[in-house]
Amino acid sequence: MASTATPEAVERRIVEALASFGPDIDQVTREATFEELDIDSLDLVELAQIVEDEWGVELKGDDMKGLKTVGDAIDLVVARAN
Amino acid sequence: MKRRVVITGVGAVTPLGVGAEPLLRRWAAGEVGIQDGEGACRDFVARDHLSVKEARRNDRFAQMAMVASDEALAAAGWDGEQPYPSERIGCILATGIGGLESLEGQHDNLRTNGEKAVSPLSVPLFMSNAGAAALSMRHNLRGVSFALGSACAAGSHAIGTAMRMIQAGDADAVVTGGAEATLTPLARASFRAAGALSPTGISRPFDARRDGFVMGEGAGILVLEEREAALARGARILAEIRGYASTSDAYHITATEPEGTYAAKAMQAALDEAGVAPDQIDYVNAHGTSTELNDAAETRAIKRVFGDAAGRVPISSTKSSIGHLLGAAGAVEAIATVLALNARVVPPTLGLEQPDPELDLDYVPLRARRLAPRNERPLALSNSFGFGGHNVVLCLEGAA
Repeated sequence: MASTATPEAVERRIVEALASFGPDIDQVTREATFEELDIDSLDLVELAQIVEDEWGVELKGDDMKGLKTVGDAIDLVVARAN
Repeated sequence: MKRRVVITGVGAVTPLGVGAEPLLRRWAAGEVGIQDGEGACRDFVARDHLSVKEARRNDRFAQMAMVASDEALAAAGWDGEQPYPSERIGCILATGIGGLESLEGQHDNLRTNGEKAVSPLSVPLFMSNAGAAALSMRHNLRGVSFALGSACAAGSHAIGTAMRMIQAGDADAVVTGGAEATLTPLARASFRAAGALSPTGISRPFDARRDGFVMGEGAGILVLEEREAALARGARILAEIRGYASTSDAYHITATEPEGTYAAKAMQAALDEAGVAPDQIDYVNAHGTSTELNDAAETRAIKRVFGDAAGRVPISSTKSSIGHLLGAAGAVEAIATVLALNARVVPPTLGLEQPDPELDLDYVPLRARRLAPRNERPLALSNSFGFGGHNVVLCLEGAA
């Protein structure tokens, strides 16, 4: 576990995870909102599990609430991991 | 006057293929969808029909219900605008267990990886009402919706309950039926431990060598509508549900009451509601599980109700072709019955090669026959009995 949480690695993994939840991978850009991607709170809990497995970063409900875009999630994970 | 209830669309996913059409065609042709002792829906690949998100967020039982419901609604002519206000359309979906594959998967996950690894989608995947909820959301059905459980009788109970809701005026239409996908290690071991599964893996109802049922999976969905409203919108009426009755054995948790006493009372009550005498019935779609007890008790029940006419009514079991679809069985069998009536065919009991001397009715062994209706419109009974002693009988009338 715990690969190095470079911004590139985090972005790659998060985009891949979100795409596996339903949206086309092309839609999953930093600017895309979770609302546009039809990513709901259940998906975000699953994303948090993936992030914790990967980098040991624990994201709680309150952390997730503030997230609007894919970029928000990437930045939060990168900040917490380092 | 009592509101009358008609079937305007059907859809199915069964071991004989995706769609209601292959179900009757292949069964009547003598084809068996059972392989290696199980009736799996091998042709069903969720992603052929559903988006990534839809497939990911639904257990296989709900996925099959969704696909069957798309077919049923399209057949009813509902693929455009809904004919009724959404809160007047209900959804009752039967299942024996619910999302068992997901439940087992998440339990494995819990034991292997710990509590924090359990998916947030677990409950929405495995709860027994997941299928009803999925259909409600998929088709904007905003009337009463819920799951119905009575083991192997549930599919027929759902149809009967939906019929009553329309009769009572609680809904103008109900999307109903059943779905089951329990070809899992736990279900297999459990049914085997209970002595219900066929050790030879052969479904041969009413045969002297029958030794248990063969587990299958699938879904059957029917669109039920109030008859006047359906006629007013120019719907094609596939069948009318003329009678429905349900009783309970109050006898044993798994064993059928051997005399079929209360199964017979359900058959009689369904006939009474339909106002039909037994000798007017063209066909009986038996529960016919291929277990020692069921097929004997069901035969006694039919004799009790039909009397002298028992020997003259053709009886067959859909389970001889697809196995036992548990909570979906009654729905899929009602669909097969309606299609058979309208195609004027009596589908056969496959695998019935060695008659049991105790079981001496006409089980239509091996080959389909032409059905020549005794009345203007063909009439059938469809029987379903479940673990727990639940007995359900539907009286179905096909098109002229």
